Amino acid sequence: MSASKPASKVPPRWATWLLQLFCPAHLANEMEGDLYELFQQRIQAIGLREARRRYVMDVFSLLRPSLMRDKSTQYPNPSHTDMLQNYMKIGFRNLAKNRTYSGINIVGLSIGMTTAILIGLWMWDELSYNKYHQHYDRIARVMQHQTYNGITNTFPATPLPMRAALQSEHASDFTYIASSSWTEDHILTSGEKKISRKGNCVEPDFPFMMSLRMIKGTASGLDNPASALLSESVAEALFGEEDPINKTIKVDNKDYFKITGIYEDLPYGTEFHDVTFLLPWKHFLEETPWVKRSETNWGNNSFLLLAQIAPNTSFDQINAKIENIKARHAKEEARFSPKAFLHPMSRWHLYSEWENGVPVRGRIQFVWLFGIIGAFVLMLACINFMNLSTARSQKRAKEVGIRKAVGSLRSQLVAQFLGESVMVAIFAFILALLLVQLLLPWFNQISDKQITFPWTDRTSWIIGLGFTLMIGILAGSYPAIYLSSFRPIKVLKGAGSSLQVQAGRFAALPRQTLVIVQFTVSITLLIGTLVVLRQIQYAKDRPVGFDRSGLLSVEIKTPDLQAHSQPLRDELLQTGAAIDISKSSSPTSEVWSSDASFNWTGKDPDQLGDLGTVGVTHDYGKTVNWKIKQGRDFSRAFSTDSVGMVINESAVKFMGLKEAVGTRVQWNGDQYTIIGVIHDVVTGSPFMSIQPTVFMLKEDWTSFIHIRLNPAIPTREALSKLEPAFKKHNPGSPFEYKFASDEYNRKFQAEERIGQLSTTFASLAIFISCLGLFGLATFFAEQRQKEIGIRKVLGASVANLWQLLSKDFLTLVMISCLLATPIAYYLMHDWLQQYTYQTALSWWIFAAAIAGAFVITLATVSFQAVKAAILNPVNSLKNE
Amino acid sequence: MKGTYLGEFEEVVLLAVAIRTGDAYGAAVVNEIEQQLGRTVNLGAVHTALHRLEEKALVKSEMGGATGERGGRSKRLYVVTATGRRALEEIRQLRNQMWDTIPKIAWS
Repeated sequence: MSASKPASKVPPRWATWLLQLFCPAHLANEMEGDLYELFQQRIQAIGLREARRRYVMDVFSLLRPSLMRDKSTQYPNPSHTDMLQNYMKIGFRNLAKNRTYSGINIVGLSIGMTTAILIGLWMWDELSYNKYHQHYDRIARVMQHQTYNGITNTFPATPLPMRAALQSEHASDFTYIASSSWTEDHILTSGEKKISRKGNCVEPDFPFMMSLRMIKGTASGLDNPASALLSESVAEALFGEEDPINKTIKVDNKDYFKITGIYEDLPYGTEFHDVTFLLPWKHFLEETPWVKRSETNWGNNSFLLLAQIAPNTSFDQINAKIENIKARHAKEEARFSPKAFLHPMSRWHLYSEWENGVPVRGRIQFVWLFGIIGAFVLMLACINFMNLSTARSQKRAKEVGIRKAVGSLRSQLVAQFLGESVMVAIFAFILALLLVQLLLPWFNQISDKQITFPWTDRTSWIIGLGFTLMIGILAGSYPAIYLSSFRPIKVLKGAGSSLQVQAGRFAALPRQTLVIVQFTVSITLLIGTLVVLRQIQYAKDRPVGFDRSGLLSVEIKTPDLQAHSQPLRDELLQTGAAIDISKSSSPTSEVWSSDASFNWTGKDPDQLGDLGTVGVTHDYGKTVNWKIKQGRDFSRAFSTDSVGMVINESAVKFMGLKEAVGTRVQWNGDQYTIIGVIHDVVTGSPFMSIQPTVFMLKEDWTSFIHIRLNPAIPTREALSKLEPAFKKHNPGSPFEYKFASDEYNRKFQAEERIGQLSTTFASLAIFISCLGLFGLATFFAEQRQKEIGIRKVLGASVANLWQLLSKDFLTLVMISCLLATPIAYYLMHDWLQQYTYQTALSWWIFAAAIAGAFVITLATVSFQAVKAAILNPVNSLKNE
Repeated sequence: MKGTYLGEFEEVVLLAVAIRTGDAYGAAVVNEIEQQLGRTVNLGAVHTALHRLEEKALVKSEMGGATGERGGRSKRLYVVTATGRRALEEIRQLRNQMWDTIPKIAWS
């Protein structure tokens, strides 16, 4: 048709080349013919450029599997899949033939993967904290640094006027701003139903700032001091199936609120997940006298202040503006050099620890720590794989030799071995998924999480499978390169006696190095775990200063309980179930308030007298059973005790008193006298030094009732005797109490969690390492079967043989111990620095860990060694 | 069996082969379809369709001679088989039948 066109107009060569590359030979001819013909026609019809473009498109359109795989011609086309099938078959046979090794490989790798997946899920959960809130990256909490006595303290509470000042001076910088009370238990009543739940009083912006998802009603009711928003679960608990909107609830047995909205429960991975209902701030302000008084008081840092910054600004910009806001407004506060700043919500969870005004590693360190440990455990499992594969390489040497002799390329062999290890990795991955599913409930329990495996999330599958592939390739890379490097002549000639394959006496060096790495990591983890457990135990054994057993406390939440506390006390004592009852302003193991304006004789004028303050009633000392060191406890016999003080040992030290009892202390315009000194009571963290604290008789401050149960009566019985009195004097509220021992134990939760997790990880690491060792020992015992047989015939004892086989491994473990000791010492010394009350890194911890490692190694290796040594030499020698 | 169903594009290709009786090969079918339908088609799509039609025994093929305009390459010539013809007729009949059952009021 278009023969007149000059031949210079050729289609793109690369496209033709591409076609030839992929197209089966028997099709190439007709395809090229069609392409060429169409190209020539199109030059005329649509021009050269366009014709060339269509040519390329046609080539690509021809590269489809249905055309490519066609084999229906005279040339049978031996495709790659035949070889792949062969590889697969050999791979499966190898796995099936060596059950022990395959088992060790797959189980070891799957344990490593399980650990990595669990840690990965944990890390993901930690990192995605608070992301539920739509604008989480623009929300912040207003915090303060204050410096006095040379130390900078950082805390998340602000004075109430701060909110008004931010609002009026920087209105354009904030989209939303809301004060909030702290999350506290309240009693909610609807009809006959009474429940106790945690909630906050918040300003109207709060629900919008937190992008609460409304299920019913609106989020805007909080302007009205008598309306409330409930979370779905609370609404359900109170109203069941009924529509709660516009219904009324009673809070703490005194105030009524109309429900104007129901919001979706906040998920556990958010800061406010325990806020289950919201009350209007106005109510809090108007009904609580001290809050009302705080409205103009820059000195009372008691309020949570949240803000969402405007879209056109940044946290840094605003921080620069608001830093000195408090010092500007309240001259008398300037002595604390207060600095306000915004702490972004995205950092609340992981970066919320300050030391002397500088952010220090907070929870994020655990994310890193566990991430590193997970990677290590996975690495240990990969090392097992490498070691076992290379150790067993002699068995595969003949196969490699023959494959090479018949023309296999090195790259094909590498692909074969990588393929095998990927196969093993995939088996391990499947097993790991099973294990993860089984272990998640337990893992959630010890890590205090509610993680679920994202079975339906495609991204996580891609990551998981990509990861598996990577591990398969990583674990298989060294064996693949090692095995494929064998020279066929050498291998085939020396077939039979396998040791000839090994090149020289350093052939085992990489393997030995890997074993040393494994054990160094394992022993380091073991020492670390021992130190963590030791530290927890050390703090638990600390003298507490009061008697926790049989002591319980009830929080005074309703006005009834406060008003009836005297008759209640009498009645409780009458039951005989309680032997002492008293009240205080803080729980037994906390100090909730402090004041910096104490003055005493001989005080350094530069020092701020910041002392913890606790208000108590007369029998408090007797109830909690504190120990008087000097002077005496409060007594009804001395009316002057209303201006008496009992202080703790730390306070004596802090105040620099030689003779504490009798010292005059000025506070709030009153003259107090120290009447007694008690042995320190552990308050706050049991790992930290104790806050200097003063106790004063303040009947009207009290918010907890403490009850010492009669030890002669079983606890359950005692509680049932106490309950009627509470019901009588505090009607409409459930009888809720907390045991002092439970409260105290709660202080160890975070550390115990680390302890439990690190115990688990260390055990896993050691298990995986030993699994590898077991595999190697099995292999060597098998390999040296004949040697052992001959030695036995010549008179070697079982002990000799055992020594022969164990010596090498013990040497490796010894080197690991030498390496692990300084590493662990350095790491743990660093970790302990964060605790003031810390255990010593005694030598015996290291000795115990090393001894433990040796015992475990010996047990692992000996099993195989002894098994080989007691074998009848006839069996191992007869077949040659 | 998958052979019984004829896709829209396969139908078009089969018709094109029928139209170009005696001279039906890849490029010719592409030309025919482009002219008749006024749309561009990929060579790959046409070849795939031809292969599938051959698998379903609706067309058969044999190698034709080489010509200069093809740069000396030979072509594979397709003809519609008896089964292919029946398949086309069946489709046509089915369509007509459906057309006939459309009630008048359907066109508003």
